Amino acid sequence: MKSVFFREINSFFSSMIGFLAMGFFILITGLVLWFFPEYNVLNSGYSTLDSFFSLAPILFLFIIPAITMRLFSEEKQLGTLEWIFTKPISEKEILLGKFFASLFLIFVALIPTLIYYFSIYQLGYPKGNIDNGGVVGSYFGLFLLASAFCSIGIFCSSLTANQIVAFILAAVVCAFLFWGFDLVSSFKFLEGSSLDYFIKNLGISYHYDSISRGVLDTRDLIYFISISFLFLYLSFFQLEKRKI
Amino acid sequence: MSIIVSNLTKKYGEQLALNNISFEIPKGQIVGFLGPNGAGKSTTMKILTCYLPQSSGIAKVCGFDTIENPIEVKTKIGYLPESNPLYKDMYVKEFLTYVAKVFKLDNPNARVAEMLGMTGLTKEQDKKIHQLSKGYKQRVGIAQAMIHNPEVLILDEPTSGLDPNQLDEIRKLIIKIGKEKTVMLSTHIMQEVEAMCERVIIINKGEIVADNTAKNIKNLGRKEAVIKVEFSEKLSLDNLPNISKIENEGNIYHIYLKDTQIDIRQDIFQLAVSQNSSILSMSVEEKDLEIVFKELTNK
Repeated sequence: MKSVFFREINSFFSSMIGFLAMGFFILITGLVLWFFPEYNVLNSGYSTLDSFFSLAPILFLFIIPAITMRLFSEEKQLGTLEWIFTKPISEKEILLGKFFASLFLIFVALIPTLIYYFSIYQLGYPKGNIDNGGVVGSYFGLFLLASAFCSIGIFCSSLTANQIVAFILAAVVCAFLFWGFDLVSSFKFLEGSSLDYFIKNLGISYHYDSISRGVLDTRDLIYFISISFLFLYLSFFQLEKRKI
Repeated sequence: MSIIVSNLTKKYGEQLALNNISFEIPKGQIVGFLGPNGAGKSTTMKILTCYLPQSSGIAKVCGFDTIENPIEVKTKIGYLPESNPLYKDMYVKEFLTYVAKVFKLDNPNARVAEMLGMTGLTKEQDKKIHQLSKGYKQRVGIAQAMIHNPEVLILDEPTSGLDPNQLDEIRKLIIKIGKEKTVMLSTHIMQEVEAMCERVIIINKGEIVADNTAKNIKNLGRKEAVIKVEFSEKLSLDNLPNISKIENEGNIYHIYLKDTQIDIRQDIFQLAVSQNSSILSMSVEEKDLEIVFKELTNK
């Protein structure tokens, strides 16, 4: 697993994808949080990172599929997938190596955003007047959300040899999981029944908002871990399919 | 035995790709695996390398079963797949180091340096793979197949698409490797088999149609010998013994013999002398492997 992990990390940074994705993420969040008058912290007057945490998932919708689209599609196209399967390494190790590599990249992209936290911490009046629990919970939620998106992206990449198809598919599936259930549950005819709550519960945004409040609920934790596992398992099944 | 294949059958859905084939390859042999496209060469190799499972039958490499002990089989085999897939955006050295790490070798850097030297890639080690010529890419393919010092090498069309010079180099490299290892290579180029292999297995439509030494295979299916003679003048050859037919274009005659064992060259010489003609050239035409191949795979 380690060998695949490091190969992917090297590949992210030698092909610019890594730098581009991280740069794009930091640039957009920085601009929104500090620069554009409508949203920036200084004008709003509240010492919170809320606009960052509501923007980040939307950016992840594009960045994560862009990172994961090549993971299997490229190998399929080059024929190296067949080659690696004849080496003494299991499908599971290949899959997890790629999954953790993409997750690691997101982790690295999140590190510089700690500057935002420290800036707001310093700017608060009195100093340090910021909801620390909420920030920790939100970071945690963001990371879990990234892990769900990464496993969805990897699954979509394992379906096709075409990277663009993998990208669009992953973005659509992620977007649906994020907002789709929310939108469906808002239909009038579902109102009042317990069904709308249930449908809402299936969506990512419900659980993300819940964690963002700073309460680490095991239900949210289990939700994100299940989504990640589900799509990793589907990818595993996709890789094993040739043997049937 | 390095490779044992017995009663191997592979179906892709309804399509029968391999039909009950069996063969054994002892240690240290270079075997050519011959057949037209779609005959089942690559399928056999994919089963031996544990990429695909067979539908029925047994495949063993160095005593390990491909289904029960895939990891052991994979460490015993070096495999160069058809069309030689490589990570194009990696550097040669980086790629080989990666392969060494996948095999969990103790001292990857030393082994990579050794392989670079052996395949003549030392000068190219800091180039990206997509920058290399096809011949050099093929060397990278062979280097990655051999990096863990496998007992068995399986090469699927190792020389396809190379120019004559590169072809010669790769062949020499394979012959050099073949002195110590069991090599199974597939091809549809006949000269290649004649140049490299001790033994030839010809496969057609999923079945083995011939399995013999390269020399014996040539004689296989040969029912008549042909002598090509060029005389200085036209003459009548009707009196020659054991002849099935004679064709001529001008003064060049093709004499077909009924029996391959009888040598009538002296008779031809005397006949020419008696008719005041002289022989400008005379050769016994051997049936080459290409013709045998066509005969065996066109049934």
